[in-house]
Amino acid sequence: MDEVPMIQLLNPEGERVSNSEYESSLSAAEILGLYRDMAIIRRLCNEATSLQRQGQLALWAPVQGQEAAQIGAGHALLPNDFTFPSYREHGIAWKRGIPPLDWLRLFRGVTMGGWDPLQYRHSNPTIVIGNQALNAVGYAMGIQRDGADEAVMTFFGDGGSSQGDIHEACVFAGVFNAPVVFFIQNNHWAISEPTTRQSRIPLFHRASGYGFPGVRVDGNDVLAVYEVTKRALDNARSGNGPSLIEAFTYRMGAHTTSDDPTRYRLEAELETWRHRDPLERVKSYLVRTHGEPQSTFDEIAADADHMALDLREGLLSLPDPAPLSMFDHVYTEPHPLIEAGRRELIDLGFGGEQ
Amino acid sequence: MTTENLTMAKAINEGLRRAMEKDPKVLLMGEDIGKLGGVFRVTDGLQKDFGELRVVDAPLAESGIVGAAVGLAMRGYRPVCEIQFDGFVYPAFDQIVSQVAKQHARSGGVYKMALVIRIPFEGGIGAIEHHSESPESYFAHTAGLRVYSPTNAYDAYWMIQEAIASDDPVIFCEPKSRYWEKAEVDRETPARPATEAQIRRAGSDVTVVTYGASVKTCLRAAQAAEGEGRQLEVIDLRSISPVDYPTLAASVEKTGRVVVVSEAPPVASVAGDIAATLSEMCFYSLRAPIVRVSGYHVPYPPSRIEEEYLPNVDRILDAVDRVMECES
Repeated sequence: MDEVPMIQLLNPEGERVSNSEYESSLSAAEILGLYRDMAIIRRLCNEATSLQRQGQLALWAPVQGQEAAQIGAGHALLPNDFTFPSYREHGIAWKRGIPPLDWLRLFRGVTMGGWDPLQYRHSNPTIVIGNQALNAVGYAMGIQRDGADEAVMTFFGDGGSSQGDIHEACVFAGVFNAPVVFFIQNNHWAISEPTTRQSRIPLFHRASGYGFPGVRVDGNDVLAVYEVTKRALDNARSGNGPSLIEAFTYRMGAHTTSDDPTRYRLEAELETWRHRDPLERVKSYLVRTHGEPQSTFDEIAADADHMALDLREGLLSLPDPAPLSMFDHVYTEPHPLIEAGRRELIDLGFGGEQ
Repeated sequence: MTTENLTMAKAINEGLRRAMEKDPKVLLMGEDIGKLGGVFRVTDGLQKDFGELRVVDAPLAESGIVGAAVGLAMRGYRPVCEIQFDGFVYPAFDQIVSQVAKQHARSGGVYKMALVIRIPFEGGIGAIEHHSESPESYFAHTAGLRVYSPTNAYDAYWMIQEAIASDDPVIFCEPKSRYWEKAEVDRETPARPATEAQIRRAGSDVTVVTYGASVKTCLRAAQAAEGEGRQLEVIDLRSISPVDYPTLAASVEKTGRVVVVSEAPPVASVAGDIAATLSEMCFYSLRAPIVRVSGYHVPYPPSRIEEEYLPNVDRILDAVDRVMECES
């Protein structure tokens, strides 16, 4: 499946390549901005992994290797668009302006969500694989009814593509022509299972079965991901319906901090993908084509280090939620079992200071 | 004229219509609910009057219907999903339990899951497999959901509107064997809130707690028992979750005896939970163990033998005998 052609505008060597359908519209300054985004989330992600190893997070789902897919896609969103992530979309969360500390709350075990989804127009992490795609389509059906020129984008992986909910979401989106973009990050591994265990055909081919366009993009090429996603979102916003993007990328790290990829994949494969690193190619391009000095990259790394330190400090000072908060927002209206549970915890002395 | 004699199916239809007239955010989604008006005709005529954007014939995919309703609710809509039959709700079970029930809490109260999932439930209509089930216990077990069940046209007209107006998600279980029974519907005087159980017949000897299609069966049993000099107090829960325990407990304190009746299989059921809770709440008032009359622990049987499966007057009277014979 590696041989299937895909949209690429910047090759792994950092050279611009031409494509008959897409052209990069980004200035050097914007490309540098995307590099900065990718460098920051990679650094923050490493920090989160360390925090998990030090017992400060219950779990972490690293994004390494998928930075271009997420930053490129996230950059194409307009403020009024709405996104429905799985649990690994830290790059999208960053592009939606959600403070990094909020990404970690769920993994720390202090909340089930982390941020106000309506404020950032980025829904909660969804851990049940595939559920979010149907919610995204429903939201998009609401946009249609409101007559708004907004788009929805939902994220899932090659593993998620096997779920029935993804199928139903594509059926609904297709027949209702909903303004939604299905963004698959094919990172090649669903924990220990390779993509060949999910599909006999390239995943983007599935779109044709639902009657809308599908495209494979080099998911490690931030320039290409941006252009492909921008066009898909433009189409959705202007009433041209849904589409599917398969970002061909690779999960360089473990599935989560609880995983051990050495049990199921070969070092040689990892090595191949190291040469396709999403950050290195942008750096090479900016240095070679635009003469960007090393100091620029050093400054970005220093900024990222600062943010990582802030993130660490923020996390370590996060208070545990009050026990009674488990009863909050279960219902909007009074409920006798909520009252009874709350009363019991208070009687047992777990009511806190209130 | 504000009062009219309507079937329960028609009363729900009119309740839906009134909710849609009052709030443009209310929309219906389900299989065959448009031109056909639903297999039970509960949505008859609504697509014609409100259009295809508000009465949506959905693809034949229950998880899709509920999952899309979740997204519509996030956008501020108030979707009312129709699941065609009880036994077809399970493909949507994941969305109901994982998203519908939890999104309000997960989002810190930001998302309102103001949606209703209507399910024609219970048996007694001579149907084939998967058309006669009682899945309410699964939903009652799930925090974040409310489970309501109307048993007459007047309640149905008002309770569906109450469910739609609620910001909490409501699983609305409609006893399909009672769809065609008529009652006077007063369109001006709202029914009592769904969370209040209603005493359908007052009595001093035994408290009969029930819901759904069994309410009518219990009222028949109460009539028969009267001939034997026994006064049954029949209580219609209306809200299966939460249960109105103050009303039940007040009755039990008076009678000291309880029979719980529903069609669902008995293990880990609403009826079982009511028996346990009342035992705890009313231990010193009880004069006999609480007895359940329910379906059996079998898959819902072929319709030719469903009468032997469903709680009937004889089985209810037998349970009444058992609690009455117990002297303490």
